[in-house]
Amino acid sequence: MFQRFFPYLGKYKKNLIFCFFLVISDVICELMMPLLMSKIVDNGIPQKNIRYISLVGITMVALALASILFGTLNMKFSAEASQGFAANLRESLFNKVQSFSFANIDHFSTASLVTRLTSDTTQMQVTVMMCLRILLRAPMMLVCAMVFAISINARLSVIIFIAIPILVVGTMLVVRTAERLFTTVQKRLDGLNGTIRENLIAIRVVKAFVRARHEKEKFKKANNALTESAIQAGNLISLVSPIMMLVLNGATLAVIWFGGKMVGTGSMGTGQLLGFISYLMQIMISTMMFSMIFILFARSQASGARILEVLDTEPDIRNSEPAGQDSQPHSMNSGKIEFRNVDFRYNTAESEGKNVLSDINFTVEPGEITAIIGGTGSGKSTMVNLIPRLYDTTCGQVLVDDTDVRNYDLDTLRSGIGMVLQKNVLFSGTIRENLLWGCADADNEKIKNAAEIAQAHEFIEGLPDGYETVLGEGGVNVSGGQKQRLCIARAILKNPRILILDDSTSAVDTATEAKIREAFRNSLKNTTVLIIAQRISSVKDADKIIVLDDGKISGIGTHEELYHSNDIYREICNSQQEGLAS
Amino acid sequence: MAANSTPKRGPGSRPIGFEKPKNLIQTTKRILSYLKNSKLQVFLVILSLIVSTVCGLLGSYFLKPLIDQYIVPKNFRGLALALVVLGIIYLVGSVASYIQTRLTINVSQRTINVMRRDLFDKMQSLELSYFDSHSHGELMSRFTNDFDNVQLMLEQSLTQLFSGMLTFVGCVVLMLILSPLLFLLTAIVLVLMIFISKKIGEKSRYYFQHQQKILGELDGYIEENIGGLKEVKVFNHEDAEKATFSNLNEKFREAATSANFLAGAIMPIMGNLNNIAYAATSVFGGVLTILGHFTIGSLGAFLQFSRQVGQPINMITSQLNNVFAAMAGAERIFEMMDQPPEVDDGKIILVQSSSRSTDPGADRNVLRSGRSWEWKLPDGNTVPLKGDVRFSDVNFSYVPEKQILKQISLYAKPGQVIAFVGSTGAGKTTITNLINRFYDIEDGTITYDGIDIRKIKKDSLRHSLGMVLQDTHLFTGTILDNIRYGRLDATDEECVEAAKRASAHSFISRLPEGYHTVISGDGANLSQGQRQLIAIARAYVADPPVMILDEATSSIDTRTERLIEKGMKALMKGRTVFVIAHRLSTVRNANAILVLEHGEIIERGNHEELIAQKGRYYQLYTGINQLE
Repeated sequence: MFQRFFPYLGKYKKNLIFCFFLVISDVICELMMPLLMSKIVDNGIPQKNIRYISLVGITMVALALASILFGTLNMKFSAEASQGFAANLRESLFNKVQSFSFANIDHFSTASLVTRLTSDTTQMQVTVMMCLRILLRAPMMLVCAMVFAISINARLSVIIFIAIPILVVGTMLVVRTAERLFTTVQKRLDGLNGTIRENLIAIRVVKAFVRARHEKEKFKKANNALTESAIQAGNLISLVSPIMMLVLNGATLAVIWFGGKMVGTGSMGTGQLLGFISYLMQIMISTMMFSMIFILFARSQASGARILEVLDTEPDIRNSEPAGQDSQPHSMNSGKIEFRNVDFRYNTAESEGKNVLSDINFTVEPGEITAIIGGTGSGKSTMVNLIPRLYDTTCGQVLVDDTDVRNYDLDTLRSGIGMVLQKNVLFSGTIRENLLWGCADADNEKIKNAAEIAQAHEFIEGLPDGYETVLGEGGVNVSGGQKQRLCIARAILKNPRILILDDSTSAVDTATEAKIREAFRNSLKNTTVLIIAQRISSVKDADKIIVLDDGKISGIGTHEELYHSNDIYREICNSQQEGLAS
Repeated sequence: MAANSTPKRGPGSRPIGFEKPKNLIQTTKRILSYLKNSKLQVFLVILSLIVSTVCGLLGSYFLKPLIDQYIVPKNFRGLALALVVLGIIYLVGSVASYIQTRLTINVSQRTINVMRRDLFDKMQSLELSYFDSHSHGELMSRFTNDFDNVQLMLEQSLTQLFSGMLTFVGCVVLMLILSPLLFLLTAIVLVLMIFISKKIGEKSRYYFQHQQKILGELDGYIEENIGGLKEVKVFNHEDAEKATFSNLNEKFREAATSANFLAGAIMPIMGNLNNIAYAATSVFGGVLTILGHFTIGSLGAFLQFSRQVGQPINMITSQLNNVFAAMAGAERIFEMMDQPPEVDDGKIILVQSSSRSTDPGADRNVLRSGRSWEWKLPDGNTVPLKGDVRFSDVNFSYVPEKQILKQISLYAKPGQVIAFVGSTGAGKTTITNLINRFYDIEDGTITYDGIDIRKIKKDSLRHSLGMVLQDTHLFTGTILDNIRYGRLDATDEECVEAAKRASAHSFISRLPEGYHTVISGDGANLSQGQRQLIAIARAYVADPPVMILDEATSSIDTRTERLIEKGMKALMKGRTVFVIAHRLSTVRNANAILVLEHGEIIERGNHEELIAQKGRYYQLYTGINQLE
């Protein structure tokens, strides 16, 4: 899996080579120290050669200085490479996510996408950095220290070759078992956090139903379960370092015993013995580093998999092949919409192959105002989402200006369509900046005009800072109805041929809503308007009303026609006591 | 150590590290009080920590006698014996270190467990206004980031700090014993190391803060973009978003590279300064040995110490940062724990009445199962629960300068349906939030069956009120669990019956797992309308004498609403009901309709009367006149 991340190093690949050589140089410098020290002890002291000792000492200081240089440079290159890698990865992820279709977005939840772009990417960055700093270092340290140790005394090195396998097997066993336990810990931690989050969001429900005790009990259970598993994992992990210490210490004892005898027989110097013990220590430390890397890799594996899942997702709506250049329209002219035998179902596990829309056929002429009405889950939103290709039909065709939407360039198609979503979102920034989403270079006149049509101009002017009022994240400081009107204005500013309002006036009062529709009639004569609504008053003066019921069209016509011919429509009317005003 | 230089992140992340706790002593005392029950364990931890550190130091010091007394004089019998002693020291050290790690983990996990539970329990008792003034992310971060930091401190930082200092002192002492002259040399390098570590620390702190600031921007941007991704697509805004992101991403890369570099550079610099000390010791130690002031064994032991003495310096600085971050986190945790809980002076409680037959609605439905309730006064007398609610001259504001409700007076007789209408922000929801004492009124009184609601115990008051809120919140668990949330001892049959009455049965049955379908993430897999139906079923099961329906059917289409109308009527029958709705069909049958505007009741009457008045109500629901 990890090789798949290699390309994201980009121009920092060369840093790998730098780091490689820097680490080697650094390790050699560092390992020379005990060797040189042993020379002082074994040659300099017995021969009482102060000059020799000073020379060796100066060499050691020089090596240490060189080592600072190598080490610092390595830190620089590894920081550069790992952060560069993370930036590339993050950008690829971000760009990928921007290319997602609605179906893709539905598949991943918002929170999980955010996690993948933030903490998962950070985890990968840490892994790369640690690789460059430790993964390179540990094996080199191991090999070099062994070479030095053998060069000092080959026979004594046998001890090292016995100790290492014991150490490796021992730690691997513990780490392997601990890994499983840590998975449990993580799961329980997620569960606990879920409970907390839920309680924060639904605190009113908890209080209204007087369920504090119930929730506390639930939390206590989750909390205890988490603590139990964390302790279990911890108990195992606390074995690692004592085991390592014991092995290391055992080896040291053996080295002193056998080495001491060699010193006794004169086949080894005291300094060499001291040096050998130092190398033994280095070897053990580098073995421990390996176990750290295993833990690190295990952790980043999950992050890596989550990231790859995003990168491997192919947006299921792609731009049409520009093969037939001529057949691809460059703009949208009239705004005529036609559905031909359209079936649709969501490609998710829960949908179970059930059609959300079946056999939809209708035509909307340019400039018409068409309303769509129907029950919750009757497929209204789904239907209009097919027009700007937010989803693709399962069967049949959607045509705009007599061209299949799949033959349009996505940009052309979507810039011709203004859409106000049911769950609308404003972004942090001023009102003006938000409106400019519709058209980046609109002047004040245009903005004001769009806001007036959406009946938003007046309330915007009423705000202390007018159009420059800063909206909090998600538009928290305006009311629901005001937000909806801003979103409508934003869509109008696009000057679209087709305008789709997906239940976008639900929070606007009836009177204002009537004014909006009136403004549409007067100012957007050449725009085809589709309105999804719940209220009969919102739809009754439309040129055409489409009644949807359980994914099928139950009737198309004007208010009068439908009232007389369509049972469902009449039922909806009656349920709203529409007769009241007239 | 390098891993610590990377920010840990959780929901509502905030920069960690380099934080200054405000009241160190107070916070420390408070944490210590949590350790009160583990005194013995803490004592054992300290003891084993000392033992293992001393064993480590002794092991190194042992090199001197080994070489001087046994190896050089070739006394192998003595060497064997000495090695056995050394082996025992090693063994004791390892065992002590195992005991210490294991105990520390146990103590810290259990401490965190208790603290976490305390905080959660506290959270449950807090005023709603606390949740209004603190974001979810912020509160969440107490449970995640702040506890993470405290745990890291208890589990690792404190013991490492302690053993680090002990090692440092021990090394210094033993080095002084071995050779004060050589120690002087080491001391110079040590001072240099401390100085450099401080300098680099300051600089890296600066870069770190810079990195965290940009990280905040970057994360915020990502969250907002992904939250509004559908909007981005509809407006073809992908390229603009990519460009903005790319900019921020690049800015972050630069900042993070500098911060990472500096944090990393400290290691080779310190390590090699230590090596320089080692080199200098070798040279001067060698010279001293030649001059006869020193033995080879002492030199060997001294060299060991000069390697060890530098390590704690690095560690102490980084662990101190952890401790400060943890203390700051603990302060935030305690600050939340110290919030005043909801005031509840009420002494009147709700009890099930002994005389069942008096319930006029006994035949109404299976759910009510003839239960009837009464208020039990402190003096032992009882008042039957009827559901008579009255407001007189109630004033209320969330924040002092912004009056939300002015002089509200109203009454609801038992069994009546009272509807509130008016534009957003008129104060409809606020009124209902006062009845169940989510918020307390400033002036005036609210009475319930003639009793001032402030005299009723909050739990009892809320038990007697059912609520279906505009934003439906469901909990992780099955649909059945969620319906049963209304009354925990409801049987499966009762829950299904409730679902049927709420018209939720048909869609629930169509789900693959039916009533046992697991709802996750606040019911994200259900539509808003379906969630409302479940919430209505939940209220059915609760079966309270007074009901508050706050836009309870706003996301249900009018036809489905019609289907559940019968159920709703049954739900309302025999109860006092407060309804907030913007749909005429929902409110027209109310006994009284109150029209609110800017926190005042401007019209009241039944549907016919209000239509005849041709006032605000008439305008709201006909859309003839243009208002706003």
